[in-house]
Amino acid sequence: MQGKKPPRKVSLFIPCLVEHFFPQVGEATARVLERAGVEVQYPERQTCCGQMQFKTGYHREARKMARHFLRVFGDSEAVVAPSGSCVGMVRHHYRTLFRDDASWLSRAEALGRRTFELTEFLVDALGIVELGAEWPGKGVYHDSCQVSRLLGVREQPRMLLSRVRGLEMVDMEHQETCCGFGGVFSLEFPAVSEKMTGDKAAAVVKSGAGFVISAEPSCLLNIGGYLEKTGERVKALHIAEILAHQAGEPWN
Amino acid sequence: MELRVEEIKKTAVEAALNEVLHQTLSSAGDRFVALREAGFSQLEDPDGLRARGRQVKDRCLANLPKLLRLLERRVTDAGGVVHWARDASDARALILGLADQYGVKTVVKGKSMMTEEIGLNRALAAKGIEVWETDLGEFIVQLADELPSHIIAPAIHKNKEEVARLFCEKLGVPYTENPEELTMVARRVLREKFLGADMGITGGNMAVAETGTLALFENEGNIRMATSLPRVHVALIGIEKVVESWDDFGVLLTLLARSAAGQKMPTYLSLITGPKKPEERDGPEAFHLILLDNGRSRVLADPVLRDSLFCLRCGACLNVCPVYKRIGGHSYGWVYSGPIGILLNSELLPPGSARDLSYACTLCGACAEVCPVMIDHPTMILDLRRRLAEDPVWKGRLVLSKVLPMKIYAWISVRPFFFRFAGSMAMALQRLVAPSGEWKWLPEALARWGARRKIPRFKKPFSRRWKELKTGSRKRKSSG
Repeated sequence: MQGKKPPRKVSLFIPCLVEHFFPQVGEATARVLERAGVEVQYPERQTCCGQMQFKTGYHREARKMARHFLRVFGDSEAVVAPSGSCVGMVRHHYRTLFRDDASWLSRAEALGRRTFELTEFLVDALGIVELGAEWPGKGVYHDSCQVSRLLGVREQPRMLLSRVRGLEMVDMEHQETCCGFGGVFSLEFPAVSEKMTGDKAAAVVKSGAGFVISAEPSCLLNIGGYLEKTGERVKALHIAEILAHQAGEPWN
Repeated sequence: MELRVEEIKKTAVEAALNEVLHQTLSSAGDRFVALREAGFSQLEDPDGLRARGRQVKDRCLANLPKLLRLLERRVTDAGGVVHWARDASDARALILGLADQYGVKTVVKGKSMMTEEIGLNRALAAKGIEVWETDLGEFIVQLADELPSHIIAPAIHKNKEEVARLFCEKLGVPYTENPEELTMVARRVLREKFLGADMGITGGNMAVAETGTLALFENEGNIRMATSLPRVHVALIGIEKVVESWDDFGVLLTLLARSAAGQKMPTYLSLITGPKKPEERDGPEAFHLILLDNGRSRVLADPVLRDSLFCLRCGACLNVCPVYKRIGGHSYGWVYSGPIGILLNSELLPPGSARDLSYACTLCGACAEVCPVMIDHPTMILDLRRRLAEDPVWKGRLVLSKVLPMKIYAWISVRPFFFRFAGSMAMALQRLVAPSGEWKWLPEALARWGARRKIPRFKKPFSRRWKELKTGSRKRKSSG
């Protein structure tokens, strides 16, 4: 976005997991964006980006869903989602889906350039790291593979978290190792996935943090689900939930 | 080699439950990762070198027929014999024919994944020929009657206690867990075999076309002996191993040695151009080079999968793979394992025969990050999944329970009204089967998923909350 004027208006892209299981993350995302000074819209005809279809190989179905997505968000100045994997889907995998279809390919590429993961949008597009957030406690950041490796977003969330008052960030072992979710992988190989998630949960617990924070809802579903079911007291939170909370606001 | 790719779901679960295996693979994997990082950190421009390695492989593969013919000419000029093998049975027949021709009774082998590809040991044994693996790790798995589980560390799945018991039982030596003593035992046994063998069989890391030279990398010295002590040396390589020049060789040498074990050079580097010359004192009387296709030209012709022929067999992608470290190399069911194993096993076996393999991956991308020739494993694994779902050559029997949910979800997703309606239905259903928060009934796959993970509950969807917020029917709250 260098040299360009930062977008004034953004369209919220709410992934399916957030729509149904973590709606509070969507609300927090909207609040953070408004606080960052942009106008937030929510295109109501949005559904699902087609990531699951794409990753299980059903490209024909994924293409239908991608076309719907491109129609719904095509006129947006910028699209922002609280999920690295969904942004990766739009930015990178849509290009694969439309590699043999020049006109849709160019629409996909154009929108891909205007679609952002929340933390990269705040830091890279708006140049904002200070949001006046407060969150007392000790946190550990989980690098979701789709955020860190696919999008290359590693520093942005850390910069934002370092400015949160009261929040102390700690490190964990095997920081960049996958949590074992992998979408369809965890359904095809549930026992293997569960062991990998157990390793990640153990690293989180060992770090001594009270919160494990991520920018990817699917990792939160996985790690958080494990921590909760196995009776650990560490809570899994989306980074938007932390950034949205300001000093003096009630907790609920 | 025995084919078990269809059993991956079973073998992977068994392996995943084996905590000793996980400890062994994790600590060995971490050691390799640290070595690699140290090796690459000394380079001025590691990614620049990786890009050059990629260019070298790309160019050599683009000129493959020409380079192979040049290699054949140069090897022949140097007094060697070149053979062409279309598939595994061709290659086996060639080697058995050579063994017969030279009256071979005992074979010593250097570590070679290619000989695993053609199931050579079993074929030789069936002809009454004694075969000895001379790489320490290969020797261990041979004694255990197993197969290698890692490209460069074949016995990585065994800890020293297991090796100690194995040596004690199979070689009748006193029990010791001391690695040096165990190594000395292997050395004593193998030294005799080297001296008595009639034929040495090896693979090869590269073949340099401009001089007809076979390059072998190792750290134990066993390959040096296997290629110089017996009367005959037979080398079996895949056709993709040929490079044009010594400049190409230099680039790939640096990448391979550093990527495999953080070394500037392997401890032993054998460069073999033909058999012993009249003026030379050591070396075999005959040198045979077998160039094996075994599915590679099919891969070469495939614009997406072609990149997997860039692989230098360094093993770096295995060492960082979180799935490999849980399920081990044997789970992958054929010669290769880890991320590159998903690709190679799926590609070299008949299309569609390794169905579940491409799902043994979380798409985390750690492999692509370390690959010395920048193979993009996740992108290619995704393409394998596409073939298995859509490509008439690859896709097999239609599994409705897999296809239908994808089709239905896609149908709903392009109809926003139905999408919201389906969400409401799911919530209503949840009230029936999970009234108090715990799900009373779930499809089997989800129930298994949730054995140690809490299955999430549907909440009032964001889309409705947004509407309420905007129309003011719900007072804005500060936190969800």
